[in-house]
Amino acid sequence: MVNIVVELSKYLMIVLVTMYTYLCFSIFGYYDPDKKKSMLRRQNILMYMIHVIAFLVMYLETEDIKMLGFYLMQVVLFSATIILYTNIYPKVSRLVINNMCMLLCIGLIVLTRLNYESAVKQYIIVAGAIALSLVVPVIIRKFKKLSEWKNLYAIAGIVSLAVVVVVGQVSYGAMLGFTIGGISIQPSELVKIIFVFFVASSFKMSLEFRNIVITTALAAFHVLILVVSKDLGAALIIFVVYLAMLYVATHQPLYILAGLGAGSAASVVAYHLFDHVKTRVVAWKDPFAAYDDGGYQVAQSLFAIGTGGWFGMGLYQGMPEDIPVRDSDFIFSVIAEEMGIIFALCLILICVSCYVMFLNIAMQLHDIFYKMVALGLGTCYIFQVFLNIGGVTKFIPSTGVTLPLVSYGGSSLISTLIMFAIIQGLYILREDEEEDIERKKKERLRAKRSGQENKKRPRKAGDVPERPQRSQPRRQAQGQGKTRKEQRVR
Amino acid sequence: MTYIFVALFLVMMGYIAYFQVVRSEEIIRSPYNARLDAYADRVTRGNIVDKSGNVLAKSVMVDGEEAREYPYGNMFAHVIGYSDQGKSGLESVENYDLLTSHAFFLEKLVNEFQDKKNMGDTVVTTLDLNLQQAAYNAMGSYKGAVVVIEPATGKILAMVSKPDFDPNTVAANWEALNSDENSVLLNRATQGQYAPGSTFKVVTALEYMRENVGYASYSYNCTGAIEQDGVTIHCYGGNVHGPVNFQDSLAYSCNASFSNIGLSLDTKKFQETTKGLLFGSKLPSVLPYSKSSFSLESESSSADKMMTAMGQGKTQVSPYHMALITAAIANGGTLMKPYLVDTVTNYSGQEVEKNMPEEYGTLMTAEEAAQLKQLMKGVVDYGTASVLSGQGYTAAGKTGTAEYSSDKEKDHSWFIGMTNVDNPELVISVIIESSDGSAKAVNIAKQVFDAYYY
Repeated sequence: MVNIVVELSKYLMIVLVTMYTYLCFSIFGYYDPDKKKSMLRRQNILMYMIHVIAFLVMYLETEDIKMLGFYLMQVVLFSATIILYTNIYPKVSRLVINNMCMLLCIGLIVLTRLNYESAVKQYIIVAGAIALSLVVPVIIRKFKKLSEWKNLYAIAGIVSLAVVVVVGQVSYGAMLGFTIGGISIQPSELVKIIFVFFVASSFKMSLEFRNIVITTALAAFHVLILVVSKDLGAALIIFVVYLAMLYVATHQPLYILAGLGAGSAASVVAYHLFDHVKTRVVAWKDPFAAYDDGGYQVAQSLFAIGTGGWFGMGLYQGMPEDIPVRDSDFIFSVIAEEMGIIFALCLILICVSCYVMFLNIAMQLHDIFYKMVALGLGTCYIFQVFLNIGGVTKFIPSTGVTLPLVSYGGSSLISTLIMFAIIQGLYILREDEEEDIERKKKERLRAKRSGQENKKRPRKAGDVPERPQRSQPRRQAQGQGKTRKEQRVR
Repeated sequence: MTYIFVALFLVMMGYIAYFQVVRSEEIIRSPYNARLDAYADRVTRGNIVDKSGNVLAKSVMVDGEEAREYPYGNMFAHVIGYSDQGKSGLESVENYDLLTSHAFFLEKLVNEFQDKKNMGDTVVTTLDLNLQQAAYNAMGSYKGAVVVIEPATGKILAMVSKPDFDPNTVAANWEALNSDENSVLLNRATQGQYAPGSTFKVVTALEYMRENVGYASYSYNCTGAIEQDGVTIHCYGGNVHGPVNFQDSLAYSCNASFSNIGLSLDTKKFQETTKGLLFGSKLPSVLPYSKSSFSLESESSSADKMMTAMGQGKTQVSPYHMALITAAIANGGTLMKPYLVDTVTNYSGQEVEKNMPEEYGTLMTAEEAAQLKQLMKGVVDYGTASVLSGQGYTAAGKTGTAEYSSDKEKDHSWFIGMTNVDNPELVISVIIESSDGSAKAVNIAKQVFDAYYY
């Protein structure tokens, strides 16, 4: 009987997540704010439905009352996140909030299924990180000098990476972090953000050839330290993020070609120089031939995905215990195995939807610093998703990065949530920016009109009261802003 | 920018879909995949039957526990394999199908509700109980292997390997079986590596034909031995064949004549030809196999060249591979991909999946194949395999005797051949290890042919 429930719930969840994903993209096609609002609400309802079904199944399978308690705690967390964000920042992008919660929700479902204790830990980190992230948009909005701390970003980034190399500990063949008072910290996760700020501030300062050379050298230095400390994933991400930012800042295809050329050459050198790089490539080419020599991770991942098939085995019906690093790097395989490839493909599309929104924001910002930050962080996010999913599906060699917001792991979670919050901050900035422009336009218009009126009418002293003149255009600007906003996704 | 990444993701999603549709089934069948065993919790392992439905392996209940029963005991030990102590043979290869149920969905639903297991699918093999039985009995207590293939389709009709074991008691006797000095668990048909002996002369003949358009006018005067660079090669059993042409050389299996041919061959081209016949490369096979090897360099000594030409040398081959070469000759040069599973049906017999004959590749031209067939017919008509002549069926083939140690008394006895030469129906490859001369592989082939035709 439980079998049947599990079986049916599996299909139901697939239908729900498909509907959710459809809304992620179809919303871009609507302009009516009320319509949008109702679509975004529907997304929330769909998420809560998937969540409750998943936990119901997990309760039936484990018959553990803890599950229900944990479920309620999660509902509180998601609701608080949505309510707090939208109330503190009415201008926030609702779609990004929804997707963020959806990804966290999927992550918590899978982690609970894998290991209750680590899911609880993850929950606590999520709660803390969201609380922390709530202040980020304020900082972005209020600190106008963020773009002037270029040197600080460079030093902070390189020093924290260097510290890892010196006192680093080895985990899964890579020196990723160190432990302070029982909390392990992976600086490379946060360095990605700092790096984006560094490049953005540098490009804002100057786009002259000399400055670009210096910036490139420093970027290459970041990458080098990461390669030496065997964090290939982070090295690749920094490399790609830099190329993307360089291209958008300069519109110079030659830079990209040179960058790609240098990157390819460096990969070949790295392949021959470092055994851990070679192992990954060999395991990627034929994980079954190299099964005992590093290939088993990818092989087990493929078994999981293949055995699960389109519709998955159902929660608790698969054997994710066989997948190595199942709770972080290979969590996508667990999702594919138990919830199905269709569900997993929807997950990919949700990530892509976030990225599209991020780039949307980036392209509409006028200030080059903010534009670069949005672009850099967006690229950082989506490329990490690509490396993770590509790696576990044998599309590309696996590089050992987490799936942001879904995988277990504090550093990754905190840095991704901060990243999302920064972009939200930029989104709000853009709204401000636009209001500002509208207002100035109105003022000019009004000044013109009143100038004409003044010509007709002889001027009287004290005839121009300050307040009405200021408040009227603002009201108008707000009205204008609203009609403009209709074309925007929130 | 956006487009690049969105495109990248679309490609990746396409790849995942492709993986699921095309590659996943092959991948999840891997014996490394422990997940399949979990299927056994919900599905009763299906039956394996021969081509006419005789049950070769089935699941039975013993003391409330599911157990595997093999009604023919040792007869199919290697090809069907076992599933109690790890898995081998078809039990391993077909694990996925056996543990997948395509029963009628309502029936499955009812079972789910009652928490009862569904019945797994039935694997219908290409094996022919009659031929397997004949080959198995003919081999008696000799060590060796027999492979029978239908050349026009690639269907494997029989595969026997001796010594054997009882798959019904594998788990109980595991220690003994595993440490047995005769390697009883080894499937000699596909994994045994033997010097091909004179059966290799067919390959040498092909090479000679390729290098010499006028091969038909070849002649040689056999004095019972040939000497080159201080090494003497004798004909088998001290025979002196006198003046022989190309066909006679093969029919009498004249070592001196073939050594003479071997000395004249271009090493590079010879390598190419053996490569074309799948020496040193992958073989089409569903069961695990050993790659064959052929080594001859231009620097090789005359002795090596002579020995290699007559099938001694360093050449190593499995009975299965020799069967494939013979099948290609029988089928006009084209090798059909050999297969063991004809159809997969649900437990009530409804077809789920059918394997169709498939070309694997062209190993030689149709003319070459026809010529070789003619030469091999001579072997039966008036040569070393004449016991097969004058039967109710026509046959062609090649015998072989391979020395494998300093013990001159005992040799491996080989036979490769086919029946109904104009339109070959059966292809056979037989090896008897360490025969004292009384047991001949060709006699075993004859018993199998007789079982098929009489």
